[in-house]
Amino acid sequence: MQLEAMYQEVILDHYRNPHHKGLREPYEGEAHHVNPTCGDEVTLRVHLDGSGQDATVADVSYDAMGCSISQASASVMADLIIGKPVKEAMAVGEEFLALMQSRGQDIAPDEDVLEDAIAFAGVSKYPARIKCALLAWMAWKDATARALGEAS
Amino acid sequence: MTLLPEELKKDFPLLQRTVRDGRQLVYLDSGATSQKPLRVLDAEREFYERYNAAPHRGAHQLAEEATEAYENARASIARFIGASPGEIVFTKNATEGINLVAYAMSNAATAGAEAERFRVGPGDEVVVTEMEHHANLVPWQELCRRTGATLRWFGITDDGRLDLADLDTLVNERTKIVALTHQSNVLGTVPPTKAIAARAHAVGALVLLDAAQSVPHQPVDVGELDADFLAFSGHKMLGPTGIGVLWGRRELLETMPPFITGGSMIETVHMESTTFMPPPQRFEAGVPMTAQAIGLGAACDYLADIGMDRVHEHERTLTGYSLERLGEIPGVRIIGPGTTEARGGAVAFTVEDIHPHDVGQVLDDLGVEVRVGHHCAWPICRRFGIPATTRATFYLYNNLADVDALADGVRQAQKFFGTA
Repeated sequence: MQLEAMYQEVILDHYRNPHHKGLREPYEGEAHHVNPTCGDEVTLRVHLDGSGQDATVADVSYDAMGCSISQASASVMADLIIGKPVKEAMAVGEEFLALMQSRGQDIAPDEDVLEDAIAFAGVSKYPARIKCALLAWMAWKDATARALGEAS
Repeated sequence: MTLLPEELKKDFPLLQRTVRDGRQLVYLDSGATSQKPLRVLDAEREFYERYNAAPHRGAHQLAEEATEAYENARASIARFIGASPGEIVFTKNATEGINLVAYAMSNAATAGAEAERFRVGPGDEVVVTEMEHHANLVPWQELCRRTGATLRWFGITDDGRLDLADLDTLVNERTKIVALTHQSNVLGTVPPTKAIAARAHAVGALVLLDAAQSVPHQPVDVGELDADFLAFSGHKMLGPTGIGVLWGRRELLETMPPFITGGSMIETVHMESTTFMPPPQRFEAGVPMTAQAIGLGAACDYLADIGMDRVHEHERTLTGYSLERLGEIPGVRIIGPGTTEARGGAVAFTVEDIHPHDVGQVLDDLGVEVRVGHHCAWPICRRFGIPATTRATFYLYNNLADVDALADGVRQAQKFFGTA
């Protein structure tokens, strides 16, 4: 059974009890992303403190429909980036993207940066599921770009 | 119980392989694409090894042999569905066959008077159903967008049948074409196409059947269908990818404008203008998918030798057994008819509190390969208020043990995610 390697306890915990779920006000940017191969959807809002380069992620709220991987990923991501400067949060996103594109190769992901998100390493072995794990991250990137565009 | 012999599986080399850490493969995704018997693989290989040449061009011996093999394949396929070879148009797949008709209909606006029958414009209507594969929905949406016609559709009843309550108002004197599935790729439903065709023809509309899921799985005789067009794909019926068929009534093909133009489909070409070949060549521009057509011809011969009645009966048994085995699992909901009556071997279902992706992942871990998602028929999911389904589809090489593996796998998923 390879299942345990993919569905780490951390992932199942976040799936069963997602953090920061639900759409909240206020927000400066919103994005709706869909995975067209399976129909999974996420609507995600970003609330920033400050503007431009110095902005900080004050809140990330979302409404999502999808598999355990996409749901857990949204929850872990919100935990990770709320309270971080946007620049730093973007760097975490890049690190997560690199992990997802590793195809299960040993790339020694930085646990200090990724924290709980490191649990998704097993997902990278399944090309069909990588998109699930990235759905919320892509929506966040998009919503943040919109928020920054409006704030500046 | 009428099942085909187990030995048949030996004709399919791929089915002998293992997946995911040495698990014996249980292939339940033939609705997406089928596996290929040696006879089809050999036919393609023989073509490339012995008589590869461009058919219908050149006068050398290889060209002659390639042309003969290509046309023999057309004859085999025609025989398989009770058609004449001149009514068999080779396309890339069912999707292209449907697009061919949809584009021919918009091209009719600028074609000669003989194409009058195919013209579509504002005030005209095109009728589809809510259970269509995207391949038989999007081309018609696009046709309506290009021409200003209106798209209308039949709904689905709660038990997954086509809702025909509005048949006489939906299909009316404004209707130009009714395009519907001959067997749903998600629900398995086989709609009463004859009754719909009768109404369509009474008001002068054309009828196109998306037969991608019917021709591979049940005996089909175009002489008994009352349809005007039939589109299907080779790869879903033991043949290669890249080859499909559009069957059309000869008198319609003769007046229908071409879709893709170029070499092979012409009669005479001048710098100012061109005249076209009669069908089917008029619709086959460019050097065709020769090896693939030959492979599909071999697939039709293979299926005909077994007998489509027997294939159909075999799948009916498996479908009935799977409805029973899955239906008895608490939390499993079958999306589609609950009996094998007017129903094919596509069994889609949801498992309470487990997303189909996660169900599929557990099944995959056990070597059971099913499809998860919306199966290119998104409106069906919306109709039933679900994000996606898990779908098992059967073919002649599946057996009762495969269904058991599926049901056991679903229970395993419930155990893994702690929902049962």
